[in-house]
Amino acid sequence: MTTPAVELVGIGKRFGAVVANDGVDLTLRRGSVHAVMGENGAGKSTLMSILYGLYRPDTGHILRDGRRVEFASPLDAIAERLGMVHQHFKLFDSMTVAENVVLGQEPRRSGRLRRSLLDRAAASARVTELAGRYGLAVDPGARVGTLPAGARQRVEILKALHREAEVLILDEPTAVLTPGEVRSLFAVIRRAADDGATVVLVTHKIHEVLDVSDEVTVLRDGVVTAHVRTADTTAAALVTAMTGRDVVPAQNTGRGEPGEPVLEVEHLAVSDGERTLVGDVSLTVRRGEIVGIAGVSGNGQHDLVATLLGTHRAAAGSIRIAGVDVTDASVRERRALGVAAIPEDRRGEGTAITMSVAENLALGHHRTPPIGASSGRRRGLLSGRAMRARAQELIADFDIRTASEQLPVGSLSGGNAQKLVVARELAHEAPLLIAEQPTQGVDIGAIEAIHRRLIGYRDDGHGVLLVSHEISELLALADRILVMLGGRVVAEFARSDATPENIGAAMSGADQAVRA
Amino acid sequence: MNVLEWSFVAAVLMAATPVLLAALGGALCAQAGVFNIALEGQMLWGAFAAVVGSHYSGSAWVGVLIALVSTAAFSAILAVGSARWAADPIIVAIGVNLLAVGLTGFGIRVLFDVSGTFSPPDLQGLHRMTFLDGVPVVGDVLARQSPLVPLAIVLALALAYWLSRSATGLRLRGVGEHPEAAGSLGVDVTAYRTTVVLAAGALCGLAGAQLALGNVTVFTENMTAGRGWIAVAAVMLAASRPAWVLVACVGFGAAEAFGFRLQGVGAPQQLADAAPYIVTLLVLVATRLRWLRRTREVAV
Repeated sequence: MTTPAVELVGIGKRFGAVVANDGVDLTLRRGSVHAVMGENGAGKSTLMSILYGLYRPDTGHILRDGRRVEFASPLDAIAERLGMVHQHFKLFDSMTVAENVVLGQEPRRSGRLRRSLLDRAAASARVTELAGRYGLAVDPGARVGTLPAGARQRVEILKALHREAEVLILDEPTAVLTPGEVRSLFAVIRRAADDGATVVLVTHKIHEVLDVSDEVTVLRDGVVTAHVRTADTTAAALVTAMTGRDVVPAQNTGRGEPGEPVLEVEHLAVSDGERTLVGDVSLTVRRGEIVGIAGVSGNGQHDLVATLLGTHRAAAGSIRIAGVDVTDASVRERRALGVAAIPEDRRGEGTAITMSVAENLALGHHRTPPIGASSGRRRGLLSGRAMRARAQELIADFDIRTASEQLPVGSLSGGNAQKLVVARELAHEAPLLIAEQPTQGVDIGAIEAIHRRLIGYRDDGHGVLLVSHEISELLALADRILVMLGGRVVAEFARSDATPENIGAAMSGADQAVRA
Repeated sequence: MNVLEWSFVAAVLMAATPVLLAALGGALCAQAGVFNIALEGQMLWGAFAAVVGSHYSGSAWVGVLIALVSTAAFSAILAVGSARWAADPIIVAIGVNLLAVGLTGFGIRVLFDVSGTFSPPDLQGLHRMTFLDGVPVVGDVLARQSPLVPLAIVLALALAYWLSRSATGLRLRGVGEHPEAAGSLGVDVTAYRTTVVLAAGALCGLAGAQLALGNVTVFTENMTAGRGWIAVAAVMLAASRPAWVLVACVGFGAAEAFGFRLQGVGAPQQLADAAPYIVTLLVLVATRLRWLRRTREVAV
């Protein structure tokens, strides 16, 4: 057997009292795709950070082609031909693709005086050559800030390839991609592996692992719980290895007849002064139904939600919440009429991360008893006792894992912070809930819990508008699915007619191209 | 154009040059992601150092050199404070600005036993480029100026070229736009930032030297009189692009020169003095309004 490209041996890493990795072994073979799986907080990120030189392990060591190596920084890892594509891209938006790819290792012009000048032609040629070799479609002259997520990711991959990476680490690479982009990414990954590269795919999505990887290593609580060849395993076995239990995904199993409308939108348009962000959208959400909005990120869903909630202004059309026209109403007036919202941006909008769990759970409930008082002697004052009592109740009810309700929200894991947001918003018992990407970046256990809550909320007779980029989530939860493209609703599917294929085609506009 | 009007162009360039030199320093820092508002204090220090250097050596060029080197050294406070120790550059810069006023005022008392103004009769100012006398247009505009005036214009264009075309310029822009990404590509963010803050100090030194030995030949307490702040405004207006910084500074120079002309026709001196600041305010408000209109719907 040949020497593996990289071996991590007995890696251990602690952060204070938290053991992130404990005796982890990982063997990466040349020419293979190795998936590293685990829930959030299982230690995948720590392990990859150690592999890429961002952290130093407390115990254990790294072998590269059988040689023992020490990575003091990512530069040492790059020098050993490792490349990493981070989940959050590290790109320069104002620069071109070629500039992004070569920055730090630029081709220079020739001649004594010109040697300090960038050779733009050579940079473009290099990008074109690498792009052609691996099937990565990009325009070297395009500004990175104008590119969709899939193309930005290809730029990140090209950066690693430009530095002659032989081991490519992809951290949650599909989180921001459309189904079509995922397929082409997987094609690139296969091609690179067949070409002799070693690819590490960090993910928590099981079907991706089964689709593209050759081997899987599963982490849970910092230790390896499974290391198998992909061909020899099943989705159920991987879930059990990840969670330590059998997880049954939540599934909408139908509903009664929906009741009166809680949200009526007619011919709504939103613009930023130059471009139309939302054009002529009409939709209705009734009590007792979940209406899903599918679409690739950036096709107006967020602007639509912001306009429904009152943070953007409508250019045309009308919005009625619980039968009352709120087109020109303030956010507070709309909330008072009966809308609750789970925002897309958990850290920026959903929570105040330096404030405590109890305070975060009280946000939005601070004007009404028992936490606040709307009138009388205590008006304008908060009841700390009521806040703590409410927090303890919701923490228990929603299984939010925190040592105390007094800890800052920033200390919670993503899944627990999201459960906090869901708990707080559902506690309003508002007739209409707008949930935007409610399970983005949270692990399987939390996804399942949040899904069950949303279905339960619907069953209690509330209306839910669910915006998601995950088709599987919409198929599991929604009673009807609208598809947005370019700010418009381009298709609507009843639950019984919706399939990943027809939704995906509508999202990409492919079905229209066929019809036209 | 007759001679009178060319002399107006000359006055514009003279007024613009100190602001331009400082603003180029500020633009470099902004490109590297350091918002440098210490230009005022550093320019004042440069003016002081230039006069001290010229006085003791008897040579204006030695004064310029001392201004350049000592202001670069003075800017080490900001360079080390913000780039290396990660202090808030705004706070450090406020300290630098206050320190410069105090130090230079104290300096002329200790060294020359005067307060307010130091202007010995034998103080050497920068030579005019009299060899250009008689050359049409160029002579009219530049013959009465110090060599730092054309140097500032050349520097603006050279910096624009360097930023857009050189590998190091590309890296500098990378450091400013996304320091974490630049660091992950092996670019030493701290070294780049330290270097540009020191370079900005040197440019502010030149700005001070031009002010105290070029435009006039005197050191007065607080003689920069807000020019460093106008330079900060020019950096913002030009979005830190050196060629546009040049345009903005010429605009401010025109306002100042126009103010002088107003005095000539009997307008009150205070109004004339206020002209460049009024123009700065109006331009900043105008650009802000345009920006707001463009982003109103998106930036909620």
